[in-house]
Amino acid sequence: MTSVSEIPNTYRAGPDEEGRFGIYGGRFVAETLMPLILDLEAAYDTAKNDPEFQAELAHFNRHYAGRPSPLYFAERLTKHLGGAQIYLKRDELNHTGSHKINNCIGQILLARRMGKTRIIAETGAGQHGVAAATVAARFGFPCTVYMGVVDIERQQPNVFRMKLLGAEVVPVTSGSRTLKDAMNEALRDWVTNVESTFYIIGTVAGPHPYPEMVRDFQSVIGIEAREQVQAAEDRLPDTLVACVGGGSNAMGLFYPFLNDDGVEIFGVEAAGRGIDTGEHAASLTAGRPGVLHGNRTYLLQDEDGQIVEAHSISAGLDYPGIGPEHAWLKDAGRATYVPITDAEALEAFQLCSRVEGIIPALEPAHALAHVMKIAPERSSDHIILMNMCGRGDKDIFTVADALGVGM
Amino acid sequence: MTANVGGTARIERRFAQLAKENRAGLVTYVMAGDPDLDTATAILEGLPSAGADIIELGIPFTDPMADGLAIQVSGLRALKAGVTVHRVLDAVSRFRRKDSNTPLVLMGYYNPIYAFGPSRFLESAKEAGVDGLIIVDLPPEEDAELCLPALEAGLSFVRLATPTTDDSRLPRVLHNTSGFVYYVSVTGITGAAIPDLSLVTSAVERLKRHTSLPVAVGFGIKTPEQAAAIARGADGAVVGSALVTTISENLDADGRAGNGLVDALLTRVQDLADSVHHARKAGPTS
Repeated sequence: MTSVSEIPNTYRAGPDEEGRFGIYGGRFVAETLMPLILDLEAAYDTAKNDPEFQAELAHFNRHYAGRPSPLYFAERLTKHLGGAQIYLKRDELNHTGSHKINNCIGQILLARRMGKTRIIAETGAGQHGVAAATVAARFGFPCTVYMGVVDIERQQPNVFRMKLLGAEVVPVTSGSRTLKDAMNEALRDWVTNVESTFYIIGTVAGPHPYPEMVRDFQSVIGIEAREQVQAAEDRLPDTLVACVGGGSNAMGLFYPFLNDDGVEIFGVEAAGRGIDTGEHAASLTAGRPGVLHGNRTYLLQDEDGQIVEAHSISAGLDYPGIGPEHAWLKDAGRATYVPITDAEALEAFQLCSRVEGIIPALEPAHALAHVMKIAPERSSDHIILMNMCGRGDKDIFTVADALGVGM
Repeated sequence: MTANVGGTARIERRFAQLAKENRAGLVTYVMAGDPDLDTATAILEGLPSAGADIIELGIPFTDPMADGLAIQVSGLRALKAGVTVHRVLDAVSRFRRKDSNTPLVLMGYYNPIYAFGPSRFLESAKEAGVDGLIIVDLPPEEDAELCLPALEAGLSFVRLATPTTDDSRLPRVLHNTSGFVYYVSVTGITGAAIPDLSLVTSAVERLKRHTSLPVAVGFGIKTPEQAAAIARGADGAVVGSALVTTISENLDADGRAGNGLVDALLTRVQDLADSVHHARKAGPTS
């Protein structure tokens, strides 16, 4: 039983000085990287308290990324599901087509302040790779993106986009040849080129200060959404829903609401072919705590601590870990994490396209599939706010293939 | 076996002996269970007489973020052969029945140990005859995880110092280090390009100004000549990727150990050992 003293009076205080959210997070990296991680932490601490940096960030968010993104009342979807009112935070309308640009703008501005001369990034779906390549082009940095060959195969349009933007895309053939391995390879590059290179990690994972920093840059989503829903409805939403791979769009939406007790929070994990098939990416539902990629968090692993390959139809969710703050929110009971299968996501993908005229990315299609489950059970005065974190243009070939449509 | 024979004491005794003989030690790295359990046993048991002064035994991990391709594939071979932390410790126990003098240090990543349970692991490792640990992803900032309990258990926690570890940070890195210090000669991954030897020499001198512990140098040492050059200034030269590559080169088309594998590997160790052991007497060869 939890004693009163163990219940935090705020869910927004983390991480602590060691980069921990409870037992999660930390700095589990090779010594070569450690001095740089400490430099980065110091540089970020200075930048975040510098009004000039914040003004620069706000400027590029507005004029380059196109923020604020609209909060849209999905009237037809609401009617179709026949229950709660559904609002979509339209982060798929951002420049580059997803929420990933929010973080990349922040990190490239920091890279420039730190005098770095080269950008590297890992990518799964290619959305983060495209966003990183975009800001690298805009600010004149050479950029190398690591991408698993399995993902290169299923995300061809984004591979070409990155190349158009001047980035070098390095195919990763080690391990399961997806996002996890791309991250390993990016870390190996970083260890080798530590002085010149800034590693733009795309999600709220990795060694401290990345989980905090990426969350802060993505929190613009939740800050805007909070104001927008209050303007529209004169109150806070009852339920937040977002998909989680590494968990950056979800952390960005959730963070500004964490201390609002009445707001229920759902993170939606990829259940792939089903949790019981073992072919999934649901680290919070079916994993256990371990250490990978610089942080302690829930991981898909075998008994001996070897990392197990994840599976999801969505390349962006195909990761065997999760950001450490999500791990902590799960244990603290502040957020609930639920699995959605490939098939359920595909159904949501099609429904949203037909009913709302919005083709979602396969990642937020998972979030939408959970909305489809809960909305009918809630009353018409219940407000669900879901983050539509990416658009689905990149996924049409994957979806066509899954539906057996020749293209 | 008495308490002061194994663990840190065994490492200290070996370096004291090397100092007395005015020679550096050859530190060899191989992955436990690579390419299969039986072959790996033959390799491990053959290393001391081939000239290895200290043995580093790798614990395989699926995601070795500081390792180059050679050690990545070596780890995958070991995992395929069924190596677990239990089996690594079994291999050490068997080795100890035949050799109680050669220090043996386990090297790897934290997650397999974390999954095993750190305190249970330390107990089993000590019992098996492990003398020290090198855990790549546990910097001093995470000392409470395994380093402090390991020291308490009488095991060495050998820290990596790197070219990016500057003078202001070195004391922190050296603080809970014991046995020896492992200097990583390049900012890079294992098996990286040949280090600039003059930079390595001055780096070893820098380390020695900060610590009285022996300094072993590794990452990127492939040939007997390079090992000899390192051995003139450092207390130990570590060779890993080059040995693991010798294993790769002696596999048949199906990935099984060829007949000559163990001999080829031990011959390679012998060449390196001759070179390291005579480095200070021979003087520069180039």
